[in-house]
Parts: sequence; C-alpha cells; structure tokens
Amino acid sequence: MSGTYLGMPAFPVAAREAVGNETLRANLRHATHTIRDKRAKAVAELADWDRLREAGKRIKDHTLRHLDRYLVQLEESVTAAGGVVHWAADAAEANHIVTELVKATGEREVVKVKSMATQEIGLNEALEAEGIAAYETDLAELIVQLGEDRPSHILVPAIHRNRGEIRDIFRDRMASWGRAAPDGLSDTPGELAEAARLHLREKFLRAKVGVSGANFMVAETGTLVVFESEGNGRMCLTLPETLISVVGVEKVVPGWRDLEVFLQTLPRSSTAERMNPYTSMWTGTHDTDGPSTFHLVLLDNGRTAALADEVGRQALRCIRCSACLNVCPVYERAGGHAYGSVYPGPIGAILSPQLRGTESEIDASLPYASSLCGACYEVCPVAIDIPEVLVHLRERVADRGGKGHRLEKAAMKAAGWVLDHPRVMAAGERAASRTRRLHPSKPPGAGAWTDARDLPELPAEPFRDWWRKNRANDIEDGGA
Amino acid sequence: MRAALFLTCVNDAVYPSTGIATVRLLERLGVEVDFPEGQTCCGQPQYNTGYRREAQPLVRRTSRVFAGYDYVVTPSGSCAAMVRGHYPDLGGEAAAALAARTYELTEFLVDVVGVTDVGAYFPHTVTYHPSCHGLRMLGLGERPRKLLEAVRGLELRELPGADECCGFGGTFAIKNPDVSAAMGRDKVHNAAATGAEVLCGADNSCLLHIGGMLSRESGAPRAVHLAEILASTEEEPWS
Repeated sequence: MSGTYLGMPAFPVAAREAVGNETLRANLRHATHTIRDKRAKAVAELADWDRLREAGKRIKDHTLRHLDRYLVQLEESVTAAGGVVHWAADAAEANHIVTELVKATGEREVVKVKSMATQEIGLNEALEAEGIAAYETDLAELIVQLGEDRPSHILVPAIHRNRGEIRDIFRDRMASWGRAAPDGLSDTPGELAEAARLHLREKFLRAKVGVSGANFMVAETGTLVVFESEGNGRMCLTLPETLISVVGVEKVVPGWRDLEVFLQTLPRSSTAERMNPYTSMWTGTHDTDGPSTFHLVLLDNGRTAALADEVGRQALRCIRCSACLNVCPVYERAGGHAYGSVYPGPIGAILSPQLRGTESEIDASLPYASSLCGACYEVCPVAIDIPEVLVHLRERVADRGGKGHRLEKAAMKAAGWVLDHPRVMAAGERAASRTRRLHPSKPPGAGAWTDARDLPELPAEPFRDWWRKNRANDIEDGGA
Repeated sequence: MRAALFLTCVNDAVYPSTGIATVRLLERLGVEVDFPEGQTCCGQPQYNTGYRREAQPLVRRTSRVFAGYDYVVTPSGSCAAMVRGHYPDLGGEAAAALAARTYELTEFLVDVVGVTDVGAYFPHTVTYHPSCHGLRMLGLGERPRKLLEAVRGLELRELPGADECCGFGGTFAIKNPDVSAAMGRDKVHNAAATGAEVLCGADNSCLLHIGGMLSRESGAPRAVHLAEILASTEEEPWS
C-alpha cells in the first residue's frame, strides 16, 4: 500500500483524538445512522436477500478458487477487444506502469473516477512526483483533495466533514486548482454541488487521459464495470482519448450473468438505492465511440498472499459497499482516519493487515479495533465473517509476540494454568472475597478500566461456596 | 429433567447472585440442577484475544466436565456462543458434542422447558439490553422479551439503540479504553433516557461494564441480570 500511512500511531492512540472531537462525532453519528437506516429499509424490500447474499458469496468464492484461470481468460478477452493488459505485483510496479503510460501520451494531467485501488497504491502522489496532476472528480474525493485531507470512508470519503466545512474548503481552495468557487457561496447542498459541477466541467472537457478502477471485470467478455452516483465517472470513462484502469485481481467475475446478483446487492448495501444511478460498462475500445486506447493494470499488492490464507481469504470477496462501516459502533466513534488506511472500518481492520502485513504498529493494532459485536457480518452482502477473521489475525499478531504481546501471552498462560486447576482458582476467589473490604476502588494498573467505570464490589463468597453449603449432597472431586 | 449449570467464571467470582437466582428459577420450574465443580472458564477471553492454544486446555476441561449431561444451561449469551460457535473447531468430538447440548438460559426456558411465564413477580420499570453475542451469534430473538413481558408487575420500556454494542467486548475494553468508554456512555445515556429503574441484560460481562458506568450517574437505572428478575417472586422478592 501507499507510504502515506506509514508511521501512523496504533489504533487506540489515533482513536482517542477522534473520540474527543465533538464535531467529528456528531458528523459521523448523523451520517452513519442515516445511511444505516436507509440500507436496512432497502434490503428489507427484497424477499430473496439471503439467497442473493449466499449467491454473491459463492460467486466470489468460486472465482477466487480459480483465479488463475479467470484472470488469464480476462486478459485474452480484453486483448481481443482492443485493450492492453498489464500485470503489477505491487504498488510501485503499478504506479510505474501508469506513470509511463501517461507520460507516453505527452499529457500532464489526468481526470480520475473514484477508485480505491489507486488510493491504495498512492497513485496521485506517484503521478505528482513526475509532474502529472491527477484531478479527483467524485464530489467527496474532490472535497478531500482540495482540503489536503485523507478519505475516512470507502463510499463517502468526506463523511467526516459537514456542509459548513465543505463550503469553506471550496471557497478557500478551488481557485488554486482551477475554476474558483462562485462569490457568496452558501452551504446549501444545491449550491455546493453546482460549484463542484462548474469546477469539474472544465477538467472533463480538457482531459485527454482518464484513470479509473472498476467494481467488476467480466472474464468471458473482457468487460469492466463501474458503479457511481454522480455521472462524473461516465464523463471520465467516455470523454478522454486514453483510459487507464487499475483494478485489484479479486474484482474478476466469470460471466456476465454473475453481475445480476451484484447489481442488486451492491447499490442497496452501499447507497441504499434500489438501482444504481450510473452503471458504466465498457469492453476494450471502439473506433467511433469512447477512448481509442485502453489499458488495464491488474493489481496484486498483497492479494495473492491473502488468498493463501484459508480463513483470511474471505476478505477478498469484499465489493467495497461500506455497509460494515455504517453499522460499526467502533467506526462511528473512532472515525475513518484512525484505521491508518484507505480501507477503514471493519473491512479495513481485516484487509489492511493482510495486504500490508502486521509488522507496523497500526497494522498490528487493527485486528483488535473491534468489540466483536458482529454487526458487520450481519450486513455484509457477501457474508464475510469479519469477527472470525479478526480473531484469526489476532492469533497472527499474538504469535509474532510484538510489543506488549509477550507479556500478555505469559499472563494468558498463567491464567490458563489457574483455570485448569479449579481448586487453585477457588482458593483465589475466596481470598479475593475475604479481603474485599481492603481492595482499593482504583487498583494500580487498572486505569484503562476505572478511568471510565467502577469495579464491582466482590461478593462475600463465590457461587461455588454457596453451592457447597446449600445444595451439594456429596462433595465431588473438583477435577483438580 | 436434569440440567448442569454452566455458570461461567465471571458469575462464580463476581456475580454469585445470578447463579443462585438461576438455580432457584430452574428448581421452581421442576428442573433438577447440578453444578459440576470442575468447571472454571470456557476459554473465551483467551480465544478472542488471539490465544487459541492457551484456550484449548480450557475447552477440553469444559467439554470433559459437562460430558454426561443432556442439558447444559448458562446464564451468559456470550459463553454459550463461545461453546456453540467455536468449540467444534477447537476441541474435537467432545467439544462438538457439548456445543450441541449447550443452551443459553432464555433458550432453555422457552425452547426446552417450554415456558414464557415463569411465575415471576418484579414490580419495577425495566429496560432490556440484548447483548451482541446473544442477539447475533445465538439469535435469541424475542425470547428474553417474551419472558420479561410475562413477569407480573414489570413494566418494560423500550431501550433506544438497543441492538448497538455496549462497548465491553472482553479485552477490547482494556485495549481500546477510549472507544469502549464512548460506546458505554451512549448506552448509559440511552438507558437513563428510558427512566427505567432497572437495566436488564442476560450477560453479566456486559453488565459489569455498563453497570460500572451507571453507578457513576445519579438517577440512572441499576444493572440486573435477567435471571434475578425471573427468579423473583412475591414470596421471595429480589433485593
């Protein structure tokens, strides 16, 4: 992934700041609860939702199991339709390929369709280093780019901003990127959208190179598919002479008919719409319509490593709908930036440590950024058991024995020994109960607990003593 | 009918009143209750924190201790979910066999004993927090609510945002204290807004966290385990 996020503090440290930011908390609470409720209604309309969910899961699992075959088929189909396919093992290789392709056109700027893959590899920064300007054209991505900010949500990357903040960003920053914001710009959604429309229009009409990702790639036909809501994607995909798409290898599906499932589940899960507003599909190039040159860069960047993990591989089913973010109580309080990745929320907590490894502080902390409440799994349209993968990744982190985990492991072992010897455990319980009046209400080292909550007062005796006195007929061996 | 009480370590050490209430309730309904003293902890804290190997001896112990009982009943949705959801993977045949015979208390009452009116009397206003593992992993659904609605004298008040996690999450509360506390505060405010005297739950680990926060708010409800409400009668009221 991009170097942008290297050196991020561990999740609990980054989250502390967000929890203390009242404006951010209010913005996130309002936005996530609104989308959450709308999604629930949209999904409840479909009587066969559970079957669509199961079908999506199976299509993805099948494709991932035969990824080698479908990717080669995709390459053949795209090539036959006039496209050029490139393979990129990692972010650096993908960035190099795209940069060279843009340079070969002689252009110094590109317009971009909202794309997670290009953010993952830090493409904008790589292009900038070569003197090429990359303009984001999705409204929320524009807000993030103008604000020199980071995205904090997969679907609505500026979710952490409210209308007033967006108005200020447009007013202060648009002029240095192109057409300035109109005088007297207010914070009404209509005026903000119009300002963005005018600002972006000159970029669409001037651009000779478009850069996109894709939601799906159809192996049998070589067709790429982009779902979007604003029409900016349609502009970027049709107006430029050259189109370069950077797509993760897991985005392939075998056939056209497989789209039937995702055309239903993705819009309802992400924007809570029955039908996606702009669904663009293109197959190679055509002489009289659309870009005359099309390049597809197939990106691995850690995906095949994730595929090798029997439990973790289900994360590759993800269709980037964001439903898990919108229902996550941790995301709602911590915000997207705390996850230190373009993939925030529950899916990010299982995707980033798999794509980037668990060596950095932030990646080692992400599997623990969950109370395992399971709300994410419940709403996932491809049934990714996120809690299962989180626990699995915790094992990986604990096994490495990094910061704090050696001590924790020793404590777990010691506790495990006591718990495997009921008489020792019972003696400990009794000792704790008998000395309960002597316990401080805030024992040293318990700050993480007692800063926010009281400890319960221990009972006069543990249950097992009550049982012995009141119920047990014969004293059984405790099994120690 | 004979059943083994799988009390859980938290209830044994910190909440014996929940265990005593569960015994009284089940005996009142004609169930013969056993408490195998070899039981300790199901291994959930170890497993959920990433220490699968450290959990395994406890999985084997628990499976061994409860072998031979047709019904194993626990007043904890979370520990029931650990056994039901993860034991088959962790402990082989004996563990899988236990998973199939383990019931969370409200499941046992409604599905096995076949009652929703357990003859309880509890003249208080109550709001119910459905803990995540009971709600989502076990799918307890309406069972706890049906049991509460049948309690004489009890007035049930709707908890806003009921299905949202309270922020306990085992070691999550220690590893991510700020987010955990922020989640807990929202739960506490929602509970206080109901004006109920009692916040009822079926998982004392969540109530340990929520109750620890409630006790710092004046006029907030008191956290009480569902078993204690169901055990309460006019003759032997909850205190």
